[in-house]
Amino acid sequence: MTRLSIIGGKAILPDQAEAQRTNINIDRDEIAGVGTAENSETIDASGLIIAPGIIDLSVFATDKPAFRFGGITRAALMPDQSPVHDDPATIQFAGLKGKPDFWVHPLAAATQGLENKQIAEIALMKDAGAKAVSTGRSWISDSGLMLRLMQYCTDLDLPLIVHSEDHDLTANAVATSGETATRLGLSNAPAMAEALAVARDLILAEESGAHIHFRQITTAKALELIRGAKSNGLAVTCGVTPAHLLLSDDALADYRTFNRFSPPLRAQQDREACLAAVADGTIDVISSGHNPQGPEGKRLPFSEARSGMAGAETLLALSLSLVRDETISICRLFELLARNPARILGIDAGDIAEGKQADLILIDPDAPWQIDSNKMAALAGNTPFDKLPVQGLVTKMMKGGKVID
Amino acid sequence: MGISGLQPWEILYILQEAEQWVELNRSGAAKHDDRLAGLTIINAFFENSTRTLLSFEIAGKRLGADVVNMHAAQSSVKKGETLIDTAVTLNAMRADAIVIRHGSSGAVQLISEKVDCPCLNAGDGSHEHPTQALLDALTIKRRKGRVEGLTVTICGDVLHSRVARSNIFCLKQLGAEVRVVAPPSLRPAALDRFGVEIFSSFDDALPGSDVVMMLRLQNERMNGDFIPSAREYYHLYGLDERRLALAKPDALVMHPGPMNRGVEIASSVADNTERSAITEQVEMGVAVRMAALDILTRTARSVEGWT
Repeated sequence: MTRLSIIGGKAILPDQAEAQRTNINIDRDEIAGVGTAENSETIDASGLIIAPGIIDLSVFATDKPAFRFGGITRAALMPDQSPVHDDPATIQFAGLKGKPDFWVHPLAAATQGLENKQIAEIALMKDAGAKAVSTGRSWISDSGLMLRLMQYCTDLDLPLIVHSEDHDLTANAVATSGETATRLGLSNAPAMAEALAVARDLILAEESGAHIHFRQITTAKALELIRGAKSNGLAVTCGVTPAHLLLSDDALADYRTFNRFSPPLRAQQDREACLAAVADGTIDVISSGHNPQGPEGKRLPFSEARSGMAGAETLLALSLSLVRDETISICRLFELLARNPARILGIDAGDIAEGKQADLILIDPDAPWQIDSNKMAALAGNTPFDKLPVQGLVTKMMKGGKVID
Repeated sequence: MGISGLQPWEILYILQEAEQWVELNRSGAAKHDDRLAGLTIINAFFENSTRTLLSFEIAGKRLGADVVNMHAAQSSVKKGETLIDTAVTLNAMRADAIVIRHGSSGAVQLISEKVDCPCLNAGDGSHEHPTQALLDALTIKRRKGRVEGLTVTICGDVLHSRVARSNIFCLKQLGAEVRVVAPPSLRPAALDRFGVEIFSSFDDALPGSDVVMMLRLQNERMNGDFIPSAREYYHLYGLDERRLALAKPDALVMHPGPMNRGVEIASSVADNTERSAITEQVEMGVAVRMAALDILTRTARSVEGWT
């Protein structure tokens, strides 16, 4: 445990419009201050961006090589595991899996077995380390159960992370309704299934006082509802993945199963609405939804394939394209990637500020590389962005002041 | 793979090629041609079908090919083998063409990417059934002398129908005007983007129609999820003599089969040989499939102009 200074770089500091040229002093595992370098041991960050480590608010697998490549120091693990993370023992065990180099924050399953019948032992899971509760990929159709769940979460001061699709509409759907799904003969559900779910949960949240985080919002209509709720002062946040920002449903044209997601890729206008919502602050979080799936899950007919993408290592580079095309500033990007996720989880990280954990990444923002599904660090290479040239590489990662190789 | 992606001249070429096989098939005892002799054709049917399988088997055999049928029910698919592994296995047996039917949209394309020989789509999920559209076009062309400029009304479960999709693409490419009638629960999203005229009332769609094409309503759609009852469906969308009288006096009645008599079509209409082309469709099916198998294997057979 040492004292050191990161010198010569530009740092992403809270509430600044642009990255600031400054030095960062680290004392053991904490950030001691920003400004004049005070330590003899230094790390040279010339030409690099110093940013808080990315906090990925939804991953389906603990995939350390992918996290390291992508600059993710903390990941919130979805409860949809086998077995489901619905009791304190599995939560405690899953939380240890990231050590020593990463933080894994397992999310507590909202219901036993994610079967949406009985509320799980949320308080015990909180004591075992759970920072938030999640409905996983499922939808709790019973509004009475959902209300009681929210009331319970409110008392425990835990945010509830929900998946927003009315399952009665989306049950067998693999695509969003529209010309593409009709042409390809894929079973589909109208995009408003998302807004329908959001509307109910917003009303229940208002009633219960719960903090709801909509994990992935992908439609203009749902964003409009959330924008309205926020302006009425409701404690609500929402997220999106790079895939829904950069791709629309016409990417399904050749039945490419790497483009099958839940929620599915949407129409072009919905994609544009998501970009606008990232820019105007309606969307709070960009997460990877990291879900590595090998050929046994993806080399199947489209409607039989599993959904999801290996997104951890491409999260930063794809998100940086939003900075490059001037949708958002780089400081705003790190609110989406680190600060807001930290606030939702209630953890003391996500900012470069005195007293915060020294979880940092050094980024060469212009370094070019090519996404290659055959050469990924992740457990599987199911990326919809295969062969895409991108820019932005993490050159160094630090957890609690310690450099992670 | 599908009609979508074919140019009008390509469709017309297949129809023209099929004409010779109609003649051969009608020529009496020796209905045989040896041009595919020595070639192995596998009919890989992952979804049950009697008439399409039989039609492809007869088509292959009349051209002299060795035809092998693989039924999903007897295959390793039931033992958990993936579709890709099955495709690789078929490929290793060195088939010269594989005819595939599968219940999942896009499955035929997936297989075709993994094998070296040509693949023919015999129906994939709700996507396409190209040889059905071609045999329908051939039937219309022979009965009416043309397809261009005709008004064709398609009625039934368009949402789940690969026959409807392939026919819409094919008829539009050949210059027909296409009307679509479907119950609201069985009408696909964004149908208006496909250049068709949409009707909710069958009676409104029929006047001026040269061809009335009925679709099969699957039994499982009639249990209340999509359609309240077969009785109500017949009341709204069944083709009986009264309705047929609304169409042009010489309007042709078509159905891809197998028919649900009394659900989508009245027996008196189906059995009226003056108006109904339903058995002729089956006949044209063999001819069109012979043409398709011939054309698809020309490169492998080093036919002049196709290498």
